[in-house]
Amino acid sequence: MTPRLRKLPAVIAMTPTIFFVVVVIGFGLLWTLWTSFTSSKLLPNNDFVGLAQYARLFASDNWQVACVNVALFGVLFIGGCLALGYALAVALDQGIRFEDAFRTIFLMSASLSFVVTGIVWQWLFDPTFGIQAAVRDWGWTSFRFDWLTREETAIFALVGAGIWQATGMGMVIMLAGLRGIDQDIWNATRIDGIPAWRVYIHVIPAMIRPMIATAAVLLSLTAIKIYDLVVVMTGGGPGISTEVPAKYVMDMLFQRNNLGQATAAATIMLLAICLLVGLPWALLRRAK
Amino acid sequence: MISHLEPDGPKPRSLSPARIALYVFLALSAAFFLLPVYVMVATSLKPMAEIRDGNLFAWPQAPTLAAWAKAWGTACTGRVCEGMSPGMVNSFKIAIPGTLFPVILGALNGYALSFWRFRGANWVFTALLVSTFVPIQVFIFPLVRMMTAAGLFGSLPGIILIHTGFTLPLTTLLFRNFYAAVPEEMFSAARVDGGGFWSIFAFVMVPISTPIVIVAVILQFTGAWNDYLFGMIFAGRENQPMTVLLTSIVTSQYGEKEYNVNMAATLLSAAVPLAVYFASGRWFVRGISDGALKG
Repeated sequence: MTPRLRKLPAVIAMTPTIFFVVVVIGFGLLWTLWTSFTSSKLLPNNDFVGLAQYARLFASDNWQVACVNVALFGVLFIGGCLALGYALAVALDQGIRFEDAFRTIFLMSASLSFVVTGIVWQWLFDPTFGIQAAVRDWGWTSFRFDWLTREETAIFALVGAGIWQATGMGMVIMLAGLRGIDQDIWNATRIDGIPAWRVYIHVIPAMIRPMIATAAVLLSLTAIKIYDLVVVMTGGGPGISTEVPAKYVMDMLFQRNNLGQATAAATIMLLAICLLVGLPWALLRRAK
Repeated sequence: MISHLEPDGPKPRSLSPARIALYVFLALSAAFFLLPVYVMVATSLKPMAEIRDGNLFAWPQAPTLAAWAKAWGTACTGRVCEGMSPGMVNSFKIAIPGTLFPVILGALNGYALSFWRFRGANWVFTALLVSTFVPIQVFIFPLVRMMTAAGLFGSLPGIILIHTGFTLPLTTLLFRNFYAAVPEEMFSAARVDGGGFWSIFAFVMVPISTPIVIVAVILQFTGAWNDYLFGMIFAGRENQPMTVLLTSIVTSQYGEKEYNVNMAATLLSAAVPLAVYFASGRWFVRGISDGALKG
């Protein structure tokens, strides 16, 4: 057999994947990109309008709020998950008792959907029955935990719920990194008399950078696409205070029947992911 | 007579202030992760009167499964009042093939990309990498069109196909990273012994793949079970998974919300991924430590 023929089974095995990538991904991308330059409403048409959809998009209040929200959510959510996840991973790595039990508890919510997460936290934030009522019932009558009902704070309630759901995954990835660290580092820093907490802040993060990067990439993909959690917990409200880009696309597709706006918004989401996640990640890989 | 005693075993660790602070931090964190689940369980076991008058954190005075029965069998989603029970079957029908296909294909892909570098393999790999980053929203409308054209829109094979396609890039990456760490000599030796593409996969690669298979299966299964977006759009009325039923039960109540029924329904939809996680979480963690998510 010629070398190329011998590799034929590999190509055959990958045919479904190649088909999917070319047809679905390729066609879908091009179709969406093209439609975003047309005046399509309920049905797609080929009436080219240049960048008019993008101009309308960025003039829309909903979209502006959505962009600010996803940036705020992204920074706090990713930062919160990484910081808490790292702290938990470090704590678990101290040779503690009941390590398995603690790790199981911290990772448990990662198996739950954002739908479940949203319903639970909506219940906890409920001003008449939730945590606010419970704490007032105990005697702290001015206690406020009504973030979901106020426009300025509702986005932070989403961040809290998101951190609750996603921290465990980041923790496990970073814990895997901590377990791979050479014991010599600890011996060396002990001889130099550097306290452990300073090593954890200044030395270890650089050593487990690949794991932190993996966790950060996964979390940022979650953040940019955030949809279920918002729909269930706030529905974008109060008012439009918790609108997000993914929800803007869905609303334009299924409620407002505005394909042009939906595809323009989806294209901007794609651009944002390429620039904010894909590019740094590709550079990091190359640097290795 | 014994002249002196040697201490036996490790020196008992004294509880330093730092150690106490560590345990306080762990306990507080555990409370943060556990309390919402506790509140869910407690609320689901209370009658509505007790929810209105009692404290959120109080354990029910007389736990009752009435809300669970209603959530399972008679709660309404719009006009249909069958509770969560049809969704349980649907979720299994979607999540099991939605796990098997992407894991098997992902393993094959990862193997082909790592060891059989055919022409264009790098191109395919790059395309897969890129497609993991593309937001699903970009594809929804063209997908609806394509699925309708193929007669698969709103059908079980359709939703399974969608799950398989959109998770393939991720499973491929997982397996490729895993096989990249397998020594090349192992593959060469199998080639010298006359192994072909399929026989090397079946007899050499599959047997060593257990850690990554466990990670992939858990990620895929919980991912497919927890999916809301695809199920809502592509599954159709007959195949609605639990997440979709759950949101319609929670959002479609008129008048006073039945929080106990909502919580019971939420727990019902969370039960299976939680069970999977408790049964296999230990291996999941080990698989990740073995390098499933590196690079």
